[in-house]
Amino acid sequence: MSIEISNVGKRFGDFVALDDVTVSIPAGSLTALLGPSGGGKSTLLRIIAGLEHADSGRVEIEGVDATSLPPQKRDVGFVFQHYAAFKHLSVFRNVAFGLEIRKRPKDEIKARVDELLELVHLDQFGDRLPAQLSGGQRQRMALARALAVEPKVLLLDEPFGALDAKVRKELRDWLRRLHDEVHVTTVFVTHDQEEALEVADEIVVINEGRVEQIGTPDALYDEPESDFVMSFLGPVTTLRGQLIRPHDIELRTTEAPAARAGTVSRLVRVGFEVRVDVVSADEVTTVSLTRAEARSLGLEEGTAVWLEVAPGAQVRTPGATAPGSGTPTTAGSR
Amino acid sequence: MGSGAGRAERNPRATAFRWTLRLVVVVYLVLLVAWPVSLVVTKTFEDFSTFTDLFSDPDTVHALKLTVIVAAASVVINTVFGVVISLLLVRYEFRGKRILSPLIDLPMAVSPIVVGLSLVLVYGGRDGWFGPWLEANGLQVIFAVPGMIMATTFVALPLVVRELVPVLEEVGVEQEQAAASLGAGPFQTFRRITLPAIKWALIYGVVLSLARSLGEFGALKVVSGNILGETRTATLVVEEQYLNFNQAGAYATAFLLTIVSVACIVVVTIIRPKEDRER
Repeated sequence: MSIEISNVGKRFGDFVALDDVTVSIPAGSLTALLGPSGGGKSTLLRIIAGLEHADSGRVEIEGVDATSLPPQKRDVGFVFQHYAAFKHLSVFRNVAFGLEIRKRPKDEIKARVDELLELVHLDQFGDRLPAQLSGGQRQRMALARALAVEPKVLLLDEPFGALDAKVRKELRDWLRRLHDEVHVTTVFVTHDQEEALEVADEIVVINEGRVEQIGTPDALYDEPESDFVMSFLGPVTTLRGQLIRPHDIELRTTEAPAARAGTVSRLVRVGFEVRVDVVSADEVTTVSLTRAEARSLGLEEGTAVWLEVAPGAQVRTPGATAPGSGTPTTAGSR
Repeated sequence: MGSGAGRAERNPRATAFRWTLRLVVVVYLVLLVAWPVSLVVTKTFEDFSTFTDLFSDPDTVHALKLTVIVAAASVVINTVFGVVISLLLVRYEFRGKRILSPLIDLPMAVSPIVVGLSLVLVYGGRDGWFGPWLEANGLQVIFAVPGMIMATTFVALPLVVRELVPVLEEVGVEQEQAAASLGAGPFQTFRRITLPAIKWALIYGVVLSLARSLGEFGALKVVSGNILGETRTATLVVEEQYLNFNQAGAYATAFLLTIVSVACIVVVTIIRPKEDRER
C-alpha cells in the first residue's frame, strides 16, 4: 500500500469535514476520490499533501509517517483545479521549478524538462508565459511540473473541473494513458461520476466526511453498498419500491403477466437517449430508452405500458446496508 | 467600460454630462492642487539665486541630508515590517487579527502632531515612560535621530501594508502551496513566488512611503526639538524660513521637496500601467 490514511478527522469550526476516515491506496494505481461538493474529498487530498493538517489520525506515504511533515518534505506532486501556474515564470521555468529548488545541474534540468514538455505535448511552448496558454495547456504544464520532481504520489484536485466539456474529456483519456506510461501512484478528486468510472482503477466514494464505499468502478456501479452510492454513481429510479437504474427496465406496450402496468406521462429526449416517465399505481418510474427503441414502440404521452426488470439487472431495497442483491426473478415476482 | 463609453457617446445628454463632470474635476484639481504647487515653482524661479544659495548654507544642507537619512531609514523599516505584517494579515488566521487591521490604519487617522506627542510620552528622556531607562543606557530617542525615524515610520506605516494586502489577497495562496509541494521551503517560496507576484505593489508602496516620509512635518516638529544644525529637517527649515520672513528661501526649499515628490509620482505613474498590463 502506498498511502495509508488511518482514522483521520478534520473540522473547520463546527463543520465536520472528515469524520474518522480510513483508506488505503494501493501503489501504482489510479484512484478517484468521488463525492458531492463539500463532502470532504478535497480536504482529504490536501491532508495527504500536507496543505491541510488533520485534527486527528495518521497519514503514511510509502511507509513514512507523514502526519506532521510540511508539504515540501512529503515528496508529493500536487495539481490544482485552477492550475496555480507561476505567472511570472515561463512554461519551461515552471516545470523546472522543483528541480531548481533541488539544485540539480543545469543540463540535467534542461534534459528532464524537455522530456516532460514533450510528454505533455508542450514542447513548442517552453518560452511562453502561462497567461499565453489555454486552460488545458496550463493544466498539462501543471502536471509536468508536478511530475518533474518524480514524486512518490501524484495528487490532483478536480484537475479538469475548470475546463470545458470537450477538453475535459480529452485530458481525461490522456491522463489515463499517461498513468499507464508513468505508473506513479495517483489520486484525483472529482465530483463527476463519469470521470471516476472512466479513468480510475479504484474509486473511494466520500460523502459528508465519511467513506461510503471503496471499490473498482464495476463493483461500485453493480453492487453499491448504500442508496447514496447507487444514486451518486448514476441515474436511479424506483420500480415496485425498489431502486433500479432507468436503463435496467424493460418497457413493453403489450401486457405481460408479472409486469407492472402504467401510463407514459412524459417523454424527454436528450441526444440519443429518451427518458420516459411512467406513472403506475403509487410511483413514477423513469425508463431510459434509445431513440430507436422509443420510436419503434410508438410511445407518446398517455400510452399504456408494462414495466419489468431487465434480465441480469441489479435492484436495491432502499435503506439496505448490503449490496443490492435482488435478482430480476425475485424482484419481478413481488 | 468600453461599450459603456460607446453608448454614452451616442447619447448627447450623456455626453454633456460627461464633459461637465470632467470640467468640475479639472477645475477642482487645478484650484486645490496644481495651481498652488505650480506657484511654488514659479516663486522659486523669480529669483533663482536663492535656490542655489540653499546649497551654500551648511545648516540647510545638513537639514536636507538629515531628511534623506530619516526618510530612507523609515522606508526601509516600513518595507520590511510592511511585508511581514501584510503576509500575517492575509495568510494567517490568529486571535486579535480583527484588531490588528484597524490598528494599522490608525496612523492615517491620527494627526502627526499627536503621533509626536505620544512618542514623547513613552520615550521622552526626562519623564517618559520608557525614555529615562533608555537614556541611562546611552540611547537618546526624543530630540534625536532615533525618535525622528520612529515618528516618520509611524506616520507612513499603513502605506506599504495597504498596497500589499489587496494584491496578496488577489494572488491567492495556491502558487505558494504549489511551490511548497515542489519542495520549496518558506523562504524560497517567498523569494521565488510571493515576492515576484507582489513586486509592483511593493515598489508602489515604497515610493508612496518615501514621498510621505520626506514631507513629514508635524510629528517631527514635536519629536526632533528642531535644533539648528542637528535635528532640523527640510520641512522644518521651510517653516523656520517662512516665519523669519525669508519667503524666498522657504519657497526654494519647498520647491526642492516638491521636485522629489513629483519625481516619486512620475515613477508611480510609469509603474502603474505596467502592473495593469501584467494582470
